[in-house]
Amino acid sequence: MLTQTTPKFTDTAISAGPLSDEVILDCHAESIFYGDFLAVRDSHVPIKKNQITGFIGPSGCGKSTVLKSINRMNDLIRGFRFNGKVHFHGMDVYDKKVDPVAVRRNIGMVFQQPNPFSMSIYENVAFGLRLNRFNGDMHEKVEQALRGAALWDEVKSKLKNNGLSLSGGQQQRLCIARAIATEPQVLLMDEPCSALDPIATRQIEELMVELKQKFTLAIVTHNMQQAQRVADQTAFFAVDISQGGRTGYLVEMGPTTKLFESPREKLTREYLQGEFS
Amino acid sequence: MNGENTTSAESIKLPKLERQPMEPRALKSIVLSAITVTSAVIACIPLFSVLIMLLYRGGKRISLEVFYSLPPTAFEMGGGFGNAILGTLFMVGVAGLLAVPFGVLAAIYLAELGPYSKIAQIARFCAKTMTGLPSILAGVFAYAAVVLTMGTYSAWAGGIALSLLMIPIVMLTAEEAIKMVPRPMREAAFGMGCTPTQSMCKVILPVAMPGIMTGVVLAVARAAGETAPLLFTALFSDYWLRTDEPTASLAVLIYNYSGMPFENQIELAWTASLVLVLMVFVLNIISRTLGRQKRI
Repeated sequence: MLTQTTPKFTDTAISAGPLSDEVILDCHAESIFYGDFLAVRDSHVPIKKNQITGFIGPSGCGKSTVLKSINRMNDLIRGFRFNGKVHFHGMDVYDKKVDPVAVRRNIGMVFQQPNPFSMSIYENVAFGLRLNRFNGDMHEKVEQALRGAALWDEVKSKLKNNGLSLSGGQQQRLCIARAIATEPQVLLMDEPCSALDPIATRQIEELMVELKQKFTLAIVTHNMQQAQRVADQTAFFAVDISQGGRTGYLVEMGPTTKLFESPREKLTREYLQGEFS
Repeated sequence: MNGENTTSAESIKLPKLERQPMEPRALKSIVLSAITVTSAVIACIPLFSVLIMLLYRGGKRISLEVFYSLPPTAFEMGGGFGNAILGTLFMVGVAGLLAVPFGVLAAIYLAELGPYSKIAQIARFCAKTMTGLPSILAGVFAYAAVVLTMGTYSAWAGGIALSLLMIPIVMLTAEEAIKMVPRPMREAAFGMGCTPTQSMCKVILPVAMPGIMTGVVLAVARAAGETAPLLFTALFSDYWLRTDEPTASLAVLIYNYSGMPFENQIELAWTASLVLVLMVFVLNIISRTLGRQKRI
């Protein structure tokens, strides 16, 4: 699906119809600590339904931290503390009554490095379905997920091969298929293309735009052109060194075209012009 | 550069392209490389010489009779050590059934659930110390704990003594095997919404299995060859396996028979040594085949 001109994905998205403004997931991060280190402060990120929200910013600004806090992946890290709320489905994800395992089953995640399981391609995609005790037609769901990830044609004759035998771009698409197989409402992607070559990156970006019709996506990217191509809303994070440490915070957030053309904050303008990264 | 800077003749001398084997640096490199190769070859010599000796001396009496006969008495000819083979298999089996579940479950705790906790630190330290435990002490412990309690020497006591030697090995190698599973794969499992048990059983253990199997085989090989712990717990017997009574084993048979003044017994001791080595060898091959299936 390689085209000669650079398609403006946001243009196609806009022409597909007006974007709804419903907030499906509301993340209020007051402060996020790793041990004694304050990683992120005062960041309110509303994620809108059926839109792609991009997190951009220089390294160490906390974008991955905030993303991983949404589905409680950071619970695995020793010394992690989240002060704030993440509203999803009418509940705060960090409430004591909420089961983090259930949160992660409702919110899918795709990581920076492709990480398929050491099983057959079929089993990789069926993993989430089996986990959720799906009793219906497994073959159909697996095919649906692989088609949704634009991988079906390439692997349909070798579903029994180990997932790790695929190329990097294919592995990442397999991870996406695995994540969308259970049809989670929200899909989080942490720099999904940074380990891939330009052609694979292009394929994944096209995929993201197709996926947002059914799902809601939030992606972290260090490539602001990618955010420009793909994201409907963009959140710009930066690092605050005024207190001595390096604390990330949300500088500005808004519709992508507006943020890139006429940013409100000076810092945003400087970053977008490439004055720091 | 002008003349003043070239008074000290210190220009960089790059080497000529041709090989210069007689030059001191190259010579040193060649000699040291040769020494490492020779050392590797020399390291194999003890193993091969033992194997050759066993094949030569033990091969003489190897036959089916050895597997189904009982040990011969003082002046008898023929005979075998079928009961010793059975006894070793039984006691190592008991030890394995105790050591493998305990060791793997403990390893799961050490690697995943509580890697930094106090319990884990203490357990790891204990396991590391116990790998160096003199095996005779395992026998003494099993004597006090099992033989005195049961009132009799038995195969169970022997099995328990051997399990004490196996547990640390299984535990430590299984912990390493589990830690070797790449971190991204664990994160993927958690990201999909697995509980810790699900991620362990569905994702991590299958990938760590070859490493765990290696640990189990190492432990079994050690247990199969130990003599000292069995001297206090299972003793020896000239009869077929009775689990609540003293039991024959290959290691003790070799120990006993090699000291006897009878030609028959000494020959049998050689054959028993050969059989023991072959058993360990076969176990190794089995575990490698089982382990190989999980490659990509």
